[in-house]
Amino acid sequence: MYVMFVLIGFSLLVALIFLGVFIWAVRSGQYEDQYTPSVRALFDDEKRVHDTSDTSSKHDTQEHRSTD
Amino acid sequence: MSGEQQHIAATDTHPACYHCGDACDDRDIAIGDKYFCCNGCKTVYELLAEKDLCDYYVLDDARRGKTPLDSGFSHRYDYLDDPTVIAQLLDFSDGDRRMATFRIPSMHCSSCIWLIERLGALNAGVIAARVNFPRKEAAITWNATQVSLREIVILLASIGYEPYISLQDVAEKRTLASNRSLYYRIGVAGFAFGNIMLLSFPEYLAHEGTMDPVFVTVFRTLNVLLSLPVFFYSASQFYASAWAGIRQKYLNIDVPISLGILALFGRSMYEILSGTGAGYLDSFTGLIFFMLIGRIFQKKSYDALSFDRDFRSYFPLSVALRDNDGEHNVPLTRLSVGDRIVIRNQELVPADAVLLRGEANIDYSFVTGEADLIPKKSGDRIHAGGRQVGQAIELEVIKEIEQSYLTRLWNNDVFTKESHGRLHTMVDRISRHFTAVVLLIAFGAAAYWAFADPSLTYTVFTAVLIVACPCALALSSPFALGSAQRIFGNNDFYTKNTDTVETLARIDTIVFDKTGTLTRTRGGNVQWHGAPLDETQRSWLKSLLRQSTHTLSRQVFAALAGEITHAVEDYREVPGRGIEGRIDGRTITIGSAAWTRRTEAPALEDGRSAVYVAIDGAPIGHFSVPNLYRDGLEELARSLRSTYDIMILSGDSDREADRLRTVFGDDVPMHFNQSPEDKLDFIQRLRDEGRQVLMVGDGLNDAGALKAATVGISVSEDINTFSPACDGILAADRFAVFPRLLAFSKRSVSIVKASFVISFAYNIIGLSFAVAGLLSPLVSAILMPVSSVSVVAFTTVTTRLMARRWGLR
Repeated sequence: MYVMFVLIGFSLLVALIFLGVFIWAVRSGQYEDQYTPSVRALFDDEKRVHDTSDTSSKHDTQEHRSTD
Repeated sequence: MSGEQQHIAATDTHPACYHCGDACDDRDIAIGDKYFCCNGCKTVYELLAEKDLCDYYVLDDARRGKTPLDSGFSHRYDYLDDPTVIAQLLDFSDGDRRMATFRIPSMHCSSCIWLIERLGALNAGVIAARVNFPRKEAAITWNATQVSLREIVILLASIGYEPYISLQDVAEKRTLASNRSLYYRIGVAGFAFGNIMLLSFPEYLAHEGTMDPVFVTVFRTLNVLLSLPVFFYSASQFYASAWAGIRQKYLNIDVPISLGILALFGRSMYEILSGTGAGYLDSFTGLIFFMLIGRIFQKKSYDALSFDRDFRSYFPLSVALRDNDGEHNVPLTRLSVGDRIVIRNQELVPADAVLLRGEANIDYSFVTGEADLIPKKSGDRIHAGGRQVGQAIELEVIKEIEQSYLTRLWNNDVFTKESHGRLHTMVDRISRHFTAVVLLIAFGAAAYWAFADPSLTYTVFTAVLIVACPCALALSSPFALGSAQRIFGNNDFYTKNTDTVETLARIDTIVFDKTGTLTRTRGGNVQWHGAPLDETQRSWLKSLLRQSTHTLSRQVFAALAGEITHAVEDYREVPGRGIEGRIDGRTITIGSAAWTRRTEAPALEDGRSAVYVAIDGAPIGHFSVPNLYRDGLEELARSLRSTYDIMILSGDSDREADRLRTVFGDDVPMHFNQSPEDKLDFIQRLRDEGRQVLMVGDGLNDAGALKAATVGISVSEDINTFSPACDGILAADRFAVFPRLLAFSKRSVSIVKASFVISFAYNIIGLSFAVAGLLSPLVSAILMPVSSVSVVAFTTVTTRLMARRWGLR
């Protein structure tokens, strides 16, 4: 039955990972603007490729997909 | 900027501007088949076309671009090269990298976000631009060796997104209330709550003594470890708030909550460490988790709006100073008595000053609400807050900005004193008695058990404190009032916080400002329908209209170009019908259709009145005049009159008194020619009489009254422009709905009261267990979440149902 401890350890670990992801999400400002990213996501589907330059995506995690 | 104010429908002869969508006057300005209303719009198009950014026009064609401001940028922003100003505006600077956040009120659609974020394509010096649309802000990072702050601002302005930089923003960097720490606390509490509940289950389900003691020890130890961050971190603000309350000798709701938390945690620790029980750690963490969620629900804020603006938001950041070296822009903060300043067309006079040179026509609508231009001549004194209309004028400053006529208002006690006479919230008032009663029961029960069975004394005492913890009580008001606040928001009435909703329900007196509040500040022009008037006819009409003080006469008079050259004989005015007089031997009649003997009345657009004109009995046409008063004013007056005492306070003259009496009734007190300070004093007197006053105003001249009132609401035709400090902002086109919103606030408070009854019922059930010494961890683990969840569900659902029944969105 003491194998339970391994399971409990895993479940706590998974919960801790989720807590960590949540804290990262808050820290990266995702809870501060819940509207603009939803609009920004639609811009990626344009036909023409725009020169947003690498520097901006380094600065912001949301726009990784926008340059190709 | 004109795109925002008057959106004229495009027709065949007036094609829609390709950039801003306004109707073009002609087809002169064009590129291929694309027409533009002005050269500014064409320039923006060319700029975007050159950089291959024309997707801007495809993304969202609802409103399209903004008309950029015409020339004169370069001079206007000179002060942005001043190192102290730059230092105040920057968020950070690192080597050559600079970052600043700009407020851009003109952004309004997804195209705006798209274009602003591609600012780098227009100027290579811009490293990154990132928009926060709800706040209408753009954070821009640039390379200081390639471009300056001033050039960035000019670039933004040249494509129609002029950043708003105000003295207030520079003086006190806007610290946005960040909810981040609250989110962290919720995250930690939720994490602990979930895991502790899981680890507590085995003990609840297993029969006593049948569980492996190793499991028991491990589970309990893990529970203790998980609950520590909740006790010390997540819940810490409850202790802080309770302690602050006690120090002010006031038992707020956080006092019984903190007592409950301490009893819950202390007893759990004792039980687990002494090996006598499992403790109540799942109830404890769940309680903190739910209450923190209540806090975040209550904290709903409207990011793009600001409820604490003062005069500095309206004033420019810099002013053109003239000295021996010529003219240059200086920050307003450095302006001192004796300085000579130059004020151009449409600019505000920042401090009381004397006119030295030029022809001044001052619009004091900011200060007094009176919209007429006041001409001034050399040597006259001009008050701060006046707006020059016409040519540039030169002034000498005679008072400090803070000591000027209008701005002195902000030195009044109501602005300096914190929370001026605000009422305590309902929850606070209840919790005062609540705490006393709980302590009484706890000590009473403990005293009884001390005789009956001393071993249970301590158990019962802590159980009472635990179960009486008013978590349901603390949750009911945030959720009910928070829902009400969101419903208000759906109806374009934005309140500063949930307390405002509650205070609105207690209002007994409503004071309206007139100009800009009951009347509209814009809404179309006076139009003439009929054969074009020649110069003589215009001057006849103008001479006759001058005799009348009727609103419509004054509106037509103001709109009509022409000289007053003729004497009027046999003038007569019949109220409700019109005016008549003889000029140059002709009888001129102006007024209603019947008065001018018209039989067929042409169809009018909504919200307009017709003023008919006849010369010698022959109709020659009519003026179509926009209604001065807001739509739905009669309805508003009718529904408010029965419930509230209504008063009217105006900085304007009493020429509208008769009209207002017909709307509001004869017994409504009206005060005219009130200065901003008179208004403040008037409201303060009403408050001293014990009235709960709602002030409804609009401009800076109402700022003192709005602040002094129990609740101050500012009416705004464009909610994204600034309103003076207030508790709520109401969109002007929702004016007619306002009585229903007021009534709804009363309903919401009733819902809160009903939910109090429910949570008391739970408390009584819990207390009966506790007093009898029967409160097991399982009972507590069920009772607490059930009471919280049912109260939250009851309040949110009933508030929404109520809103639907009242026809609110």
